[in-house]
Amino acid sequence: MNFEAIKSIYLFEMARTRRTLMQSVISPVVSTSLYFIVFGAAIGSRIQEVDGVPYGAFIAPGLIMLTLLNQCIGNGSFGIYFPKFTGTIYEILSAPISVVEIVIGYVGAAATKGLLIGTIILVTASLFVDISIAHPFLMVLFFVLTAVSFSLFGFMIGIWAKDFEQLNVIPMLVIPPLVFLGGSFYSIDMLPPFWQTVSHFNPVLYLVSGFRWSFFEIADVNPLISLGIVVVFLAACLSITAWIFKTGYKLKN
Amino acid sequence: MAPIVSIQNLTKSYASGFQALKGVNLDIEEGEILALLGPNGAGKTTMISIICGIVMPSGGRVTVAGHDVVKDFRRTREIIGLVPQELTLDAFETVFNTVAFSRGLHGKKPDPVLIERILRELSLWDKKDSMLRHLSGGMRRRVLIAKALSYEPKVLFLDEPTAGVDVALRKDMWQLVERLRASGVTIILTTHYIEEAEEIADRIGVINKGEILLVEDKAALMQKLGRKTLTVELAEPVAVVPEALARFNLRIGSEGRALIYDYETSGERTGITGLLSAIAQEGFRLKDVSTQQSTLEDIFVELVGEAK
Repeated sequence: MNFEAIKSIYLFEMARTRRTLMQSVISPVVSTSLYFIVFGAAIGSRIQEVDGVPYGAFIAPGLIMLTLLNQCIGNGSFGIYFPKFTGTIYEILSAPISVVEIVIGYVGAAATKGLLIGTIILVTASLFVDISIAHPFLMVLFFVLTAVSFSLFGFMIGIWAKDFEQLNVIPMLVIPPLVFLGGSFYSIDMLPPFWQTVSHFNPVLYLVSGFRWSFFEIADVNPLISLGIVVVFLAACLSITAWIFKTGYKLKN
Repeated sequence: MAPIVSIQNLTKSYASGFQALKGVNLDIEEGEILALLGPNGAGKTTMISIICGIVMPSGGRVTVAGHDVVKDFRRTREIIGLVPQELTLDAFETVFNTVAFSRGLHGKKPDPVLIERILRELSLWDKKDSMLRHLSGGMRRRVLIAKALSYEPKVLFLDEPTAGVDVALRKDMWQLVERLRASGVTIILTTHYIEEAEEIADRIGVINKGEILLVEDKAALMQKLGRKTLTVELAEPVAVVPEALARFNLRIGSEGRALIYDYETSGERTGITGLLSAIAQEGFRLKDVSTQQSTLEDIFVELVGEAK
């Protein structure tokens, strides 16, 4: 294991994070605050409670997930796309490091930044609503597993993307519908039966539901199934990443 | 002694069907400076990229210090330094950090003293905290060299290191290459500039269209393929070569004021004596006689031309 190399990549990426920290923190904090004002205060005043939880608190786990997903995909994809774009990837490819070390470095840094900003959002949320965490250990587990999986997912997008448009298409067009339709702002019980069934094909439903259960012990699906889905998603991302490096897909001619 | 780099029957075809390398065989000896000459698209960069792990070979194998570059990539890449042709650097990093990063990537513990020495040697120390995007082209080139030296490679690939570099810097670079060689580093450089190869290399390989046309000691190559021309300047111009001199295949130059004779130095008989006495018999008055050695450039153009 080339630990110096992992450390170098990780610290390089974290230095990039530091340079852009203000903009990466301010934007999610502002948008989360807006969600709380619009959904929590304006709409929440009419909905009151969902399954015994005040609406403002109910949406907090979903909002944290929304930020976490965006941050992790964004960082994971940009971290590897940019060296590809500028050509500095030559150095990574010609260094005595294995796939595993490259992934640990890049994905570790992307996940760290995601977790950092996710935590800031959690703190922001607690300024607007009372948040209690029933199962802190499980909450952290969901938090970390999601961060790692989606950073890996972002990493794959970064490798796949040929230009900036492709780099942004999934984060912009795929993730928001999945998050908004994944029960972040409502319980899927409120939906007609057909749409409830459709929702079960949305992986984000399981993330949000499991994450919310760790806070309030209310869930749309069994939290163990949620955990299982996250692990399966992580395993799928890991295998695809392994395949990418094994074949040199889009990295090596 | 076993070669430090051994390339055996290396082929590379791209997805487009383009065959960049067609069975290259090449041994590089430890401690030598090998210059690879070839026109654009000859396969120089592809070959280097395969050795360094940036491009996958289609067939054949490469060993560095006895290790296979694909299977034992850790062992080989630890000792290989690469200075790429393109000036690719992270815009927002500082000079010092990017050099330290390269060292870390190669699994070496941080060594600020060594990095300071390298940066001073490349006249970059006063720029150590500058962002890379603020540097000139020549400085970026030197940063790329500093990055490659930061992990003390045993084999150094310089892919067109002097493209876009001014004359003074080029001289500095060659001095650096000499010092590196003196410390035991094997150096492989690619270039379009034939003078460069002529000036610095021990051996010269000529590559064109994915094939190595020849690899020779520089001196031997010059001698083997070396042509000389003898120019006889005449006091009175001539219109045609006289019949008596036809067997020498002379050319007429300087608007009839010179007779030019091509001969090979490696030949047993150069024919100079015969030519000069024949010229004397014809009654020409000679103004001057001079000879020129053909340069590597002439040899190169000839080789590449033949391969077409």
